[in-house]
Amino acid sequence: MAANIVYREIANKRTFWLLLALCGVFIAGGFWAHLTMEHHGHVITGMDNRIVWGLPHVFAVFLIVAASGALNVASTASVFGKSIYKPLAPLSGLLSVALLAGGLAVLVLDLGRSDRIIVAATRYNFKSIFAWNIFLYTGFFAIVGGYLWMMMERRMNAYAKPLGATAFIWRLVLTTGTGSIFGFLIAREAYQSAVMAPMFISFSLSYGTALYLLTLAAACAIDDRPLGDAVVRRLKNLLATFVAASLYFVAVFHLTNLYFTRNHGVENFILVDGGIFTALFWLGQVAIGSVLPLFLLLAPGVNRCRILLSCIAIVIGGFCQMYVTIIGGQAWPLDLFPGFAASSSFFDGEIHGYVPSLWETLLALGGVALAAAIVIVALKLLRFLPERMDDQTLDPSHSDARAQ
Amino acid sequence: MSEEQKTGRRAFIAASVGAAGFVALAPGVKLMDLAQARAPGESVSGKVRWGMLIDTTKCATGCSDCVAACATENAIEPGSGRPAQSSQWIRKIELKEKTGGHRELSLPMMCQHCANPPCVDVCPTGASFKRADGIVLVDRHICIGCRYCMMACPYQARSFVHEPLHHQNPEVPRGQGCVEACTFCVQRIDRGQGPACVEACGKSGHEAMLFGDLNDPGGEIAKRISTVASSQVRADLRLDPGVRYQGI
Repeated sequence: MAANIVYREIANKRTFWLLLALCGVFIAGGFWAHLTMEHHGHVITGMDNRIVWGLPHVFAVFLIVAASGALNVASTASVFGKSIYKPLAPLSGLLSVALLAGGLAVLVLDLGRSDRIIVAATRYNFKSIFAWNIFLYTGFFAIVGGYLWMMMERRMNAYAKPLGATAFIWRLVLTTGTGSIFGFLIAREAYQSAVMAPMFISFSLSYGTALYLLTLAAACAIDDRPLGDAVVRRLKNLLATFVAASLYFVAVFHLTNLYFTRNHGVENFILVDGGIFTALFWLGQVAIGSVLPLFLLLAPGVNRCRILLSCIAIVIGGFCQMYVTIIGGQAWPLDLFPGFAASSSFFDGEIHGYVPSLWETLLALGGVALAAAIVIVALKLLRFLPERMDDQTLDPSHSDARAQ
Repeated sequence: MSEEQKTGRRAFIAASVGAAGFVALAPGVKLMDLAQARAPGESVSGKVRWGMLIDTTKCATGCSDCVAACATENAIEPGSGRPAQSSQWIRKIELKEKTGGHRELSLPMMCQHCANPPCVDVCPTGASFKRADGIVLVDRHICIGCRYCMMACPYQARSFVHEPLHHQNPEVPRGQGCVEACTFCVQRIDRGQGPACVEACGKSGHEAMLFGDLNDPGGEIAKRISTVASSQVRADLRLDPGVRYQGI
């Protein structure tokens, strides 16, 4: 079956150049923002000594988390032996590497001293989860790079499974590391929870699969390649499970926080009285990012349009979730003196506002554009996608069964 | 060439070499001099743990002499951006009890120089470090400006340098894009003096800040801590801060 599948580069040159030019504009914008921030300092951004991580981190962490989940299809094919996904697995690996590169680029270019990246690469404090993540991220590139090679080089196909299993375990550890960046912050009431790690894993599965489906649909549309319904419908069940799991962890996270009286203040802030953060949580993360996709995916009469709409909703919800988690968690003031109302020139006791500047926005969008550009260029240069992805080609047995 | 001319040339060369040698070596000699100025003939000792006791009953509302002294000593100027973007190594916090008699307190808050500092734990490059004598510092040469330490600090004691700096104190190097915090005026400690804020508090007549070696049983700070009720801010985190407060 798989032997008959022909893989081809993107043929539509016009659309390729158009998309690449569009990405190029945003990448240039992001780099310009970085150079401007490097020259003037972060004083030109909306970040300050209270909201130390801003919009670039929202986008960067979203991309990094989604990168891990984008590998789902490849894992399902190699680790869990679902042969229908095998032809779609290389795109899965490519997307995960591209998303990670985009996210890391934003993180690195937002550093106060991004020129010292060589320091970060040569000096490690192994007690720091950040230092672990440097290894986890670079390791991810190496493992998924090797995995792609094994999948795409026919002679090496036999080694795809063990490397796929390694990549599967590695990315679970990677997302555990990313979630733990927040989970290890003992002083912040909005974080400091062990649930952060599994919650981020469920987010990653959901965001990554949604982005994968959108990328697959877009890649097929560029070249008018046929894409079967069966494979998309199968992925929608997986996607619905991931969205439900994410919602479950979000509920557990907030309910456990509500159990502890000392956390009632921050929970009230996020869930009830936090203005933009409350709105983004209920409307963005819960309604658009979770309930709407579950309805679109599970209600009778599901079709491809509804599945893709649910993917868009999940991505929007994902950005809202990251905004609430990262910015909302910092906006809530630390309580140094319980039982006292505090005030100071450094804004103790105050809820902190945050308005992202143009520079942060450009840098954040630049990361997304970089991820997209990597995917587009790779699809143009290398044979990542089959020429045909209709049900008959991907899974003849399934189509035969239906015909009977 | 006459003998007299030869002698003159030799003298000139000898003088030139001597002058060049002096120019080349003098700065090094001067640096060595400064480096050794800490405690004469003694490196930083782990037997010492520098700490501070702040008596909130003596700290006056509205007085910010400690903040001003810190700014002068460490050449911290207000930035051109929003106030939240300026560095504040020490700040005055005004407290009002929410219940009971609505007791009001005023106290300075700065890096607490924890024995188990979360900023050191999370720093990916090891730029945040604790000196043998308990002073928590940032190595400005290897800080990459990731701000994870600012996320981790329970006291919000750290600042990020948001813009280019001018008029720095050569003894207190700072840098745009790096994180910084109170150093207990480490440059003064190494000269045998106390932090500028403590000196200013004494000059103002409040005497609310006491600095010294927490490990020295004969020292004033250790005696006071053993005789008066003092507390650690966020003691629940078990970070063992070097700054203690009296009267909270």
